[in-house]
Amino acid sequence: MMEAIIDLLNAIVLLLNFVVIPALSYGSQLALGALGITMVYGILRFANFAHGDTMAFGTMITILVTWWLQSKGIGLGPLPTALLALPVGILFTILILLITDKLVYQHYRRQKTPPITLLIVSLGVMFMMNGIVRFVIGPNDQRFIDGERFIIHARSFKAMTGLDEGFSLKVSQGLTIVIAIIMVLALFWFLQKTRTGKSMRAYSDNEELALLSGVNPDRVVLITWIIVAILATVAGTLYGLDKSFKPFTYLQLLLPMFAAAIVGGVGNPVGAILGGYVIAFSEVVVTYAYKKVFVYLLPASLEPSSLMQLLSTDYKFAVSFIILVLVLLIKPTGLMKGKVI
Amino acid sequence: MSSVQKTWLAFSVIGLLLLSIGFGQSWSVALGIFNMCLISSIVALGINIQWGYAGIANVGIMGFAAVGGMTAVLVSEQPVTAAWEAGWGNLLLAVLFFSITVTLAILCYRRMAAGRHRTIALSATIIIGLFLTRYFLDPAVASIEAIEPAKTGFLGGFGLPILFSWIIGGIVAAGIAWVIGKIALGLRADYLTIATLGISEIIIALLKNEDWLTRGVKNVTGLPRPVPYEVNLQTSEWFIDLISGWHSGYLSTLSTLDRQGALKQFVIEGSSIFVKLCYTGLFATVLIFILILCMRALDSPWGRMMRAIRDNEVAASAMGKNITRRHLQIFIIGSAIVGIAGAMITTLDGQFTPTSYRPIRFTFLFLVMVIVGGSGNNLGAVVGGFIIWIFWIEAEPVGVWLMHFGTAWMDDSNALKIHLLDSAQHMRLFFMGLVLLLILRFSPGGILPEVIKKRS
Repeated sequence: MMEAIIDLLNAIVLLLNFVVIPALSYGSQLALGALGITMVYGILRFANFAHGDTMAFGTMITILVTWWLQSKGIGLGPLPTALLALPVGILFTILILLITDKLVYQHYRRQKTPPITLLIVSLGVMFMMNGIVRFVIGPNDQRFIDGERFIIHARSFKAMTGLDEGFSLKVSQGLTIVIAIIMVLALFWFLQKTRTGKSMRAYSDNEELALLSGVNPDRVVLITWIIVAILATVAGTLYGLDKSFKPFTYLQLLLPMFAAAIVGGVGNPVGAILGGYVIAFSEVVVTYAYKKVFVYLLPASLEPSSLMQLLSTDYKFAVSFIILVLVLLIKPTGLMKGKVI
Repeated sequence: MSSVQKTWLAFSVIGLLLLSIGFGQSWSVALGIFNMCLISSIVALGINIQWGYAGIANVGIMGFAAVGGMTAVLVSEQPVTAAWEAGWGNLLLAVLFFSITVTLAILCYRRMAAGRHRTIALSATIIIGLFLTRYFLDPAVASIEAIEPAKTGFLGGFGLPILFSWIIGGIVAAGIAWVIGKIALGLRADYLTIATLGISEIIIALLKNEDWLTRGVKNVTGLPRPVPYEVNLQTSEWFIDLISGWHSGYLSTLSTLDRQGALKQFVIEGSSIFVKLCYTGLFATVLIFILILCMRALDSPWGRMMRAIRDNEVAASAMGKNITRRHLQIFIIGSAIVGIAGAMITTLDGQFTPTSYRPIRFTFLFLVMVIVGGSGNNLGAVVGGFIIWIFWIEAEPVGVWLMHFGTAWMDDSNALKIHLLDSAQHMRLFFMGLVLLLILRFSPGGILPEVIKKRS
């Protein structure tokens, strides 16, 4: 009996360690990214293909400042130095997004260009940002994490509990989850409680009515870009800390982020967060090899011979895509009702 | 300037650019660029059908090009008999169960009333079907990939001439476009775009991972060519005669001993150019054929209907046009052309490397070609294909040269200088975006805007 309980505990720890925690932190990163996409979608009314590269840009500035701080010997002790560099990254990202808006998007907004043309315009912005990022930091992998690596060590967890399976929580994962919660709470407070937030929601809901009520459109757009810059830089930096920074990966994040935004209901912030976790959990659940879990749960005679993996990890894009299509076919507005911010 | 003058001007500029590359760098390089320009123009024509005629933004070009490339492998490679013998039984069963699953799922979806029963039946069919498929597919894959994995490890192809793959590549791409279109068309325009992005990623993931079909990341190299090999040319009598005839004036001024060496050099250079010229002939034929078809299509009542749908869907729908059906049709035609071009690219490269399909190079660059060249104008798409490809290739040497020039005042060991020189190549992405934005802002129709013929 005791044996069975320990096996069960081992299996739970295994799932926690390799499925729940990674999916939670990846989902938080996706949710933050999807929030940025959904804000642009809801208020500026187009699918922003440059969002992945905006994230890469913000992260790049953060990395450069981190390196500079590291060379000066300034750090945060157990926490990664990147946190200290983050505000600078955000500042630069706000700057570049506002410049882009002034030079590029503003013209089309006044012309009332259809969203699909704006999408193509955002492709141009994507190219330029991608070029800048690759020019400054190069196309290769960059690691910039320092400080403690783990909050909970697998080895000390084993020693503490006496289980065969270790449970570890990386600093980057813990940080991601905590920061994502803080950011989301702050954003919701802003959108629900402040005057500016309310005017943004009104603008998203019905542009003409909001304008008639005296909402200043330029101010709404300005605040939107600032929020998008903050979300993008934080999401990008957290992703970079958790995995690693490579410009091409950020371009590839576009698909899961778009899927998260649409699955949740485009223009709906709650939906974007829900969508982020739905996509992340399905990706991890479908591509995890369950062999060891079954070894613990099943009697020895029934032990599986294969890896018990539904899909190889390279198919994770397929997962986000299939969920996207399914939701669009079954519930075209997304899980939460879209188009309301 | 009239549109005819503009067209002439655009093509003269392209000609001059290519000539200056020929004189400045080498004729072999110029011809190599010209060949890729031809293929790029074909892709651009395919995208122009989708974006220019109908306003469908497809960002899954990469997927269709890769499907074309895969067909080139499947058509031209010799079949691996041992692999077929090892895996055909299980593979056949897997295909059978997969088809049954798909058919049953479609039947479920169509015949049953919407509701919980249908959802349960549908999911049960799909889950059980996929499980059965995997049950047979996994051992088949294992046995196929076990056959000489270092040399083959896949099923091989049909051993047909590679030229067939251009047609078959188009057909396969069209089939995939049909499936995708059935699912995704009818979504909002921007959702469709995101869906195509996903599809292309899935296709690439499949090509990278299904080793039994494509050898995956182990690549397939040394595909048979539709044109002669340089080595064979260099030893064949008629080719040496041709080259010595071509250079006879210069050769006769040399002594016998020098003549041998000079002739050998000319033959080696000549063979490379001759092979490239053969490709040029093939590609140009396809381009001209497709271009004529496209121009006739755009001029026909069908073309007018497409533009009417693009410009005002509601009005066109009120006139009795079936929008979704037309969009499906155009999505298939455009994708088929991209598939043809994809097979041509792989033919030219002589190898199939799934990892080389990157969205920037294989999707977004082609979209830029159409928009810069002129969406809705077939000649514009061709011009865009040429100019953007030349720009893409030449931006690298020119960028590095400019960077050398700009940093000449710095010390050679200066870290900044080294970084700038190393990174100069990435600036072409920046300039590509800049060109796109400038065109979109100041000349939204592109270099050669769409021509609307007024008939009285």
